[in-house]
Formats: sequence, structure tokens, C-alpha cells
Amino acid sequence: MINKIVNSAKEAVAGIFDGATVMISGFGEAGSPVELIHALVDQGAKDLTVVSNNAGSGHVGLAALIENRQVKKILCSFPRTAISVVFPELYRAGEIELELVPQGTLAERIRAGGAGVPAFYTPATVNTPLAEGKEIREFNGRQYVMEEAIQADFALVKCAAADKYGNLIYNKTARNFGPVMCIAAKTTIVQAKQVVELGTIDPEHVVTPGIFVHRVVEISNPADESKLVAENVKYHGIRQ
Amino acid sequence: MESDNKITGWSTGEMAQKVAMDIHDGAYVNLGIGIPEMVAGFIPEGREVIYHTENGLLGMGKVAEVGCEDPELVNAGKKYITAIPGAAYFHHADSFAMIRGGHIDVCVLGAYQVSEEGDLANWSTGNANDIPAVGGAMDLVAGVKTIYVITKHTTKTGESKIVKQCTYPLTGKNVVSRIYSNYAIIDVKEKQLFVRELAPGVSFDFLQKHTEATLHQK
Repeated sequence: MINKIVNSAKEAVAGIFDGATVMISGFGEAGSPVELIHALVDQGAKDLTVVSNNAGSGHVGLAALIENRQVKKILCSFPRTAISVVFPELYRAGEIELELVPQGTLAERIRAGGAGVPAFYTPATVNTPLAEGKEIREFNGRQYVMEEAIQADFALVKCAAADKYGNLIYNKTARNFGPVMCIAAKTTIVQAKQVVELGTIDPEHVVTPGIFVHRVVEISNPADESKLVAENVKYHGIRQ
Repeated sequence: MESDNKITGWSTGEMAQKVAMDIHDGAYVNLGIGIPEMVAGFIPEGREVIYHTENGLLGMGKVAEVGCEDPELVNAGKKYITAIPGAAYFHHADSFAMIRGGHIDVCVLGAYQVSEEGDLANWSTGNANDIPAVGGAMDLVAGVKTIYVITKHTTKTGESKIVKQCTYPLTGKNVVSRIYSNYAIIDVKEKQLFVRELAPGVSFDFLQKHTEATLHQK
């Protein structure tokens, strides 16, 4: 029997270990799995390497995970947002490591990681500081930089609807990094706004096929991150 | 004689309009965050242009009206937007396949500096205290067929932004096709700058005086 549905966010993030690499979906708040991240704050795994496009806003979601000193390194394209306070402070204090990756390279490194492709060549960053120390190779008269795939132990992803096989559909631009992160992690953990019966999602419309998904929790009323940030809410976690 | 500092050239809106005039019917266009976004407001009647936003939407519409904002429908600048009928959503790897694969026709970006060889610096001033952030800029300049830069000709302190060589860290080398400043429209051709159009009140000599890079007349 296949049933990937679990009963709580706590159960969903169980087993995330110290030192794990964790991919976290989202482009700013769109697609950010706030409830799963908060469950990870409660769970307490530390020395994490996080792969995510941004580095969180205010004191909730990814920013709360960073503020709780659980993240030793982050790979992202844009660690600044209008209201990012936690990351800049720790970065300037030398207490968190940053690997700055161009957005398209980040997406492709993750996709490659899930697709069994260890590395690829891209024209982005040639002749810029971000190519320093990397292999450059010429194809058809143009230079390219070799970039290595990224794989993760866990991915935390938000989607619109899921079934018990783990088939997923997304909502609008909240899709962003979700589908590529699902394929690149050993254990993919999804929070779905709705869990639906098998067959409800038209097979023609499935965006992430269930083979890439391992645990699904229904969070029917997810937090509105920008609202929490505007209200200056701080998530400190629940001692377990 | 009128003093130089009274010459302001085109307004930002006029610059955006100049860019819009050069975007062809049927183009797939990516507009950078900030002033480049204004270009969409000036596309001439009768031209159909599809806007790509790199966070996963082709067919971006206008900014969302107050009260209709959807936190899961944003553009690359994380502004609440709308999607037009006929729009498509996709994931980030597909979005950058559109960019890197040369499927987007035009990208309009801002700049800290552009060199006479068309090098662009627009992501970092190299200030050690700044938090480094690059977003999709390097992928865009490496992959989009035509890169237009829209920028003030000089910095707030009067230094030329069009330089012999960029002193800020590069976003990409030999990537800019055309510069739209408040003083002039300048083409980059074979690693040289050719003045295409001067703003009202701006002479070639005035322009050269305020430009570090060497300019050529058409």
C-alpha cells in the first residue's frame, strides 16, 4: 500500500538530522513552506546547509530557522529582501556562510542533481567574479562555466494539492523551485493546501509525479508570511 | 550661454518610451526590477508583447489592484501582479531554459556601469559591507538575445556611468546592445559606442564631455 500522507508537520519533518542539506522551496513568500520550516525550528536539527532562493524575511519561516542558529551555510541567489534582518546580521558577524549562486544556475544545479547529471556548462557568470576558480570550457567558440549539481538529504516544498501517491499541482508563481527541489532530495517533504483523492488530479495536469515525493502533510490554512512579517511576529519554536 | 547643468535631457518616462518604441510586435520580453518595468506602459498600440518574469510566468499582466493582491502571484521584484488570458506558469528550471536557451527576445536592465565594449555591471558595487545578491541578472545577460540598458547617464555625483572599463564587478562581458540614457541612445557595435539619437538640447560634444568612454557619431 502506498500512502504518503502524514498527520502533522511534526511527523513530516521527523528524522531531519544535524548537518543535513535541506532544500526549501519559494521565491520570497510565494511557495515558501512556512509550517514545515516552523516544524523544523521546533525539531531543532542544526548545522544545516540550506538551499533556497532567498534568506527569509522578518523573523518567521526561513528567517526564524536562521535566527534559531540551525543553519551553518546557505546557497541562494538573493539573500536580501525588503525586510531581511536576520541573515544580514549573522552574515556580517561571520556566523553564517553564503554561497551566492545565480538564480538560473541554482535552478539548473538542483534539476541536474535530481536528474542524475553531475555537472553541466552554462554561459552565465563567464568573466565575472562568480566564475573564479571554476572550470571554463569553450564550445562552438563561446566560453562556458562548469557548474556542479546539488543534491539534498531533504526538500521542504509547498504545493496547492497532493494525493496519497504524492502527485502534486502548484498555485501560480508559488510553483517556482518546488518541482526541481522535489526531484533532487533523498526525502521530499511536501505541505499541501489540500489533500485530494487519487484520480482527482488529472494525470495530464500533474506537475510533480508522486515518485519524487515521500511525505505529504495537509496544511489547509497556511500562514501568510508577509502578514506575519508586517506584524513583526517572531517564531521562537516550541520546545519538544 | 546656457550652463551645462541645466541640461537634463529626457525624463525617465521618455527614456522608457524610447525603449518601448524599439520592442517589436510579438516579442517575448523580460523587464528588470525598477525603471525597466516602466517600459511596459509605453508599448505602442497595435503591438502585442508577452512579458516573462523569471520566477515562473509568461504573460505577466499589470500590477494587482489594491485588495486583489495574491501572495502566490508575484513578479521577479516580488510585487503583486496579474496574469493575462493566455498566460503560462512553469518552474524555475524551465524559466531559465527560456532565458539561457535564447528564447527571450529582449531584456531591459538597469546599470551601475556600462563599458564601451558593452560590459555590464549592475549587481554589486563591490562594497564589502553590502550583502552580495545577484538574482537572475547573470543568466539574463548570458542568454537573452538583445540586452537594452536604461540608465541615468551619470551618477548622483556626476560621474559617467558609461565608462572605458567597468570598475564594479561585472554581470557579463560584451552583452549590452543599446544604452538608453537621459542624454542619448547609444548603440554598442563591435566593441565601440555609436550615438544613435541625442536628447533635446544635448550636443555630441556635451555628451562626450559627460561620458568617460569614447563615443562615435553614427
